[in-house]
Amino acid sequence: MSGATLGRYGRRVIPGFGVTLGVTLLWLSLIVLIPLVALFLRTTELSFDRLVRIITSPRVLHALELSFGLSLIAAAVNLVFGLAVVWALVRYDFPGRRLFDAIVDIPFALPTAVAGIALTNLYAENGWLGRLLAPLGIQVAFTPLGVFVALVFVGLPFVVRTVQPVLEDLEAELEEVAATLGASRLTTIRRVVLPAILPALLTGFALAFARAVGEYGSVIFIAGNLPNVSEIAPLLIVIRLEEFRYADATAIAAVMLVASFLVLLAINLLQRWSERRNGGA
Amino acid sequence: MTYQPVAVARYAPRVGASRTAAMTLRKPPRTSDVRADPAPMRWAIIGVAVAFLVLFIVMPLLNVFGQAFAKGLTAYFSALGNPDAVAAIQLTLIATAISVGLNLLFGVIAAWAITKYDFAGKSLLITVIDLPFSVSPVIAGLVFVLLFGAQGYLGPWLQEHDIKIIFALPGIVLATVFVTFPFVARELIPLMREQGTQDEEAALSLGASALRTFFCVTLPNVKWALLYGVLLCNARAMGEFGAVSVVSGHIRGETNTVPLHIEILYNEYQFTAAFAVASLLALLALVTLVAKVLLETREREE
Repeated sequence: MSGATLGRYGRRVIPGFGVTLGVTLLWLSLIVLIPLVALFLRTTELSFDRLVRIITSPRVLHALELSFGLSLIAAAVNLVFGLAVVWALVRYDFPGRRLFDAIVDIPFALPTAVAGIALTNLYAENGWLGRLLAPLGIQVAFTPLGVFVALVFVGLPFVVRTVQPVLEDLEAELEEVAATLGASRLTTIRRVVLPAILPALLTGFALAFARAVGEYGSVIFIAGNLPNVSEIAPLLIVIRLEEFRYADATAIAAVMLVASFLVLLAINLLQRWSERRNGGA
Repeated sequence: MTYQPVAVARYAPRVGASRTAAMTLRKPPRTSDVRADPAPMRWAIIGVAVAFLVLFIVMPLLNVFGQAFAKGLTAYFSALGNPDAVAAIQLTLIATAISVGLNLLFGVIAAWAITKYDFAGKSLLITVIDLPFSVSPVIAGLVFVLLFGAQGYLGPWLQEHDIKIIFALPGIVLATVFVTFPFVARELIPLMREQGTQDEEAALSLGASALRTFFCVTLPNVKWALLYGVLLCNARAMGEFGAVSVVSGHIRGETNTVPLHIEILYNEYQFTAAFAVASLLALLALVTLVAKVLLETREREE
């Protein structure tokens, strides 16, 4: 493979194209593609009726609704509060700014099981936060509200880290022109800044949603895992697997996988939109 | 080359990873700037942001260490010295070393193939490399059970030949490699794309071999990004819970990794012990973040 080869795209000066691409494709197929294809093959072994029956059984349906619904709400909360965080970090100077910037990545780095037991302990009846909420009649741990808290935690960095570079690189002139033309500060933000960061905001929202839908470790401790109440779809997959009901586990997994592919597609389209929009910059 | 690598790097999804060095926190605009917001708005936004971060990140983190040391140092260290805990730590270290090693090797090769040559379907390839980030960890474990488990496609053949993958180390490694698959390549691709191929071309035209070019030219150029990718991969590999939980079988002292050991302790109401072991992983997360900040500063200086 040494020496220059003539490719469709002109001269390839650097040797090793065939070897490196071949190894990459082989490894990718072995670890990612073949296993995922196996899952879909397993799903096609089920008759369509059986698949529909599994998916529409009340317990599965509830778990899917809970996972997708709460993930959507958690991603929306992260959209709003993530924007506040990113705005504060990029635009304002305040004590501890660098520290707060660094800890935004904690949900990426902290293992999910650790986050799970910490959140559960925090919101349990005698926990630091649960103790304050109990007199108000609010119970977080072992309820769907606890699932929501865990999903907000795991999705937190996505909106911040997607919007941050875009907001930092936003040209000052745009806002200065708006101000010079007599726009109030709020109008400038609403009409100039927000549209510019909208694709990044939506991408962060979609990423946070995708992460939350599949989340397992940080949720199962705090959820209480009551069937039809606080049982998430990934947990139901594990339960079915432990009961050796492989068909059920596979069917639920296939539905979730298709959903995450759709989200991935949406993210790619968003990215194209944002690149087009910022193409001139 | 009229490439626009910065724009690509900027908008590429950096799921699970963080920003490149060029994107470290900058100084905010001064308040005399036209872009300054009114003071009440400023304080309201800072207040909301700080409250949100304290509630969702600082408190859980402090809680881990608070609970770990709640019964004193003796209880803390006896939890860490427990034979099952030691076995779990050993297994995690072995599984992580293999998984990170594999992903390091293949991540570098993939990043090289993607950034040093032009070929059709490149963006599709990048999307597929990113795929494991959007797959639920539970599903990542499930796919290997469907392939190698007793009921799986290869299950009967494996049993015949007495090879154990599921409920054993190979399964744990496979699941870990799957979930950490994109980390190294993801860190390297934007940087290597920005650097182009001129350095390598120069080395090759001066008569260096391909391997020598890689080790003496390419590798020094990307060493900080590579190190950071490995660190992230390592943190995620040591802490992986869902995928490993599905394939491990939870055999105490044998196929229990550290996160699974934490789960068992917690479910047995041994809270102090659970948090003591958890504090090790929390410490690992903190070290990873500190290293990230240091590496970014280092890279910016160079």
